[in-house]
Amino acid sequence: MFRRRADLPFDHDATAAFLPAMIAMMVFLATLALSGALVLDNLLDRWNRDIKGTLTVQVVPDANQSQAEVGQRIDKTIRILEETPGVIRARSLSDAELSALIEPWLGSTDLIADLPLPHLIDVTISDTDPPDLVALSDRLKKEVAGASVDDHRIWLSRVIRLADGLELVARAIMTLVGLAAAIAVIYATRAGLAIHRQSIEILHLVGARDGYIARQYAKRALWLGAQGSVIGFALAAPVLIGLGAMAKSLQGGLLAEVSFGPGHWAVLAAVPVVAALLAMVAAFLTVLRTLSRML
Amino acid sequence: MRPDRSSSLRTTPSEAEIVRFEGVGLRYGQGAEVLQDVSLALAKGSFHFLTGDSGAGKSSLLSLMYLARRPTRGRIEMFGIDTTRMSHAMLPRVRRRIGVVFQDFRLLDHLSTLDNVALPLRVAGVRESEIARHVPELLNWVGLGAALKTKPPLLSGGEKQRIAIARAVINRPDLLLADEPTGNVDDRIADRLMHLFIELNRLGTTVVIATHNEPLIKRFGFPRIHLDAGGITVLPGSKSKTSEAGF
Repeated sequence: MFRRRADLPFDHDATAAFLPAMIAMMVFLATLALSGALVLDNLLDRWNRDIKGTLTVQVVPDANQSQAEVGQRIDKTIRILEETPGVIRARSLSDAELSALIEPWLGSTDLIADLPLPHLIDVTISDTDPPDLVALSDRLKKEVAGASVDDHRIWLSRVIRLADGLELVARAIMTLVGLAAAIAVIYATRAGLAIHRQSIEILHLVGARDGYIARQYAKRALWLGAQGSVIGFALAAPVLIGLGAMAKSLQGGLLAEVSFGPGHWAVLAAVPVVAALLAMVAAFLTVLRTLSRML
Repeated sequence: MRPDRSSSLRTTPSEAEIVRFEGVGLRYGQGAEVLQDVSLALAKGSFHFLTGDSGAGKSSLLSLMYLARRPTRGRIEMFGIDTTRMSHAMLPRVRRRIGVVFQDFRLLDHLSTLDNVALPLRVAGVRESEIARHVPELLNWVGLGAALKTKPPLLSGGEKQRIAIARAVINRPDLLLADEPTGNVDDRIADRLMHLFIELNRLGTTVVIATHNEPLIKRFGFPRIHLDAGGITVLPGSKSKTSEAGF
């Protein structure tokens, strides 16, 4: 007999249809943007790990040079590297190590032995105070014929910069989507306040505090926001699963980490929760602010 | 009936006064003043009829008392508190001491009879078990025991009026303001409602009833505050105990 219900006639409110649809779209976009940011964050982390702490310098063999002369060039390269601030250690890979690196692609070790492979020097560099790679590269080119710093690091650093920018864009999209959702809730709440003005006056006249009325709007926004959030997330999830499956099918080393683990899904699941809470808080504060101007 | 100006200069201690108007004026927008220099004091436990022609300002005067608007000029004290200086946060606390019966009822159509009457208790945070005990009892008393779950649009004008009255008195207010509370009911129900107001008054509630019903005024004999051309005159009734309005 005494089932509690809203004191305001929300059932006849146009925001009941508008707000969930709006929030569903926002949650859909925010989920995609966040997943993009997470993927990029993963890739960046992996790439940064790849280029962090190590460096490869190659010395190209010269058919006109003897083994001893090549050995001298390698020694000189190692000496230059060891003199360079930020370099912790430089070590020439043995032929066996080199063969082991190439074997997965070329197969036969005998065949590898006949190839004019470059000599590789594994360089350990400081994480905190890395050497100036451009200066090091220039010096090696000038002082040792055929010596060069591996150029994939330079390519990767450009990719990292691009990915950094894209991650920033993804986060900016999330922020803008959140703001747009909050603004939508604020305007829907204001419209609701105008629609229910007479009922609010009655509540005021029987002694209702602004907080009492604001809580009713907040509960309503939480409920509508939760409906929209669930719909938006339910639409985004298959899209992400599909994209993940497509990325996996590429089997590429670069895209292998696009797939989501349980941790990523847990982070993404926070999007609808945050959206519903955002709607609730935005509605509560809007009502409090508006009612404070009424008598 | 002779106008009673004898109490005009009497100053009553604030704590004994429920309502005090000093030189109050009210206008809507840029229009003429509907209330001019109204000064009055209502003693705790008094009972008054508020009379005047249509448009004389009865509803406006009541709206100032139930804090729905602020005066254009002058000063109003409710329960000893200066309303012109009252903060927004303090309004609910004062309003909870006032019960109002509106001429147009102002019920919430989507709520049941029971929920409408329970509203002042709910906003005050009264427990549901208390509400479940008191609200049906009062609704039975005003003859609406069979309509607890019915919503106002399905009820007659007289029934709506009784819901409005039940809502106004459910929390035993210190001040009861009623705008034509017997306008839509027959004489038998009108008498019953008047006895409810009198009973509340006997328990300490100050009552002001705006009405055009001359037979009712004569029958019950309480003093009247008469509004004419925006000003007031206090006329004594046959019940001297409550003849303490004036300034």
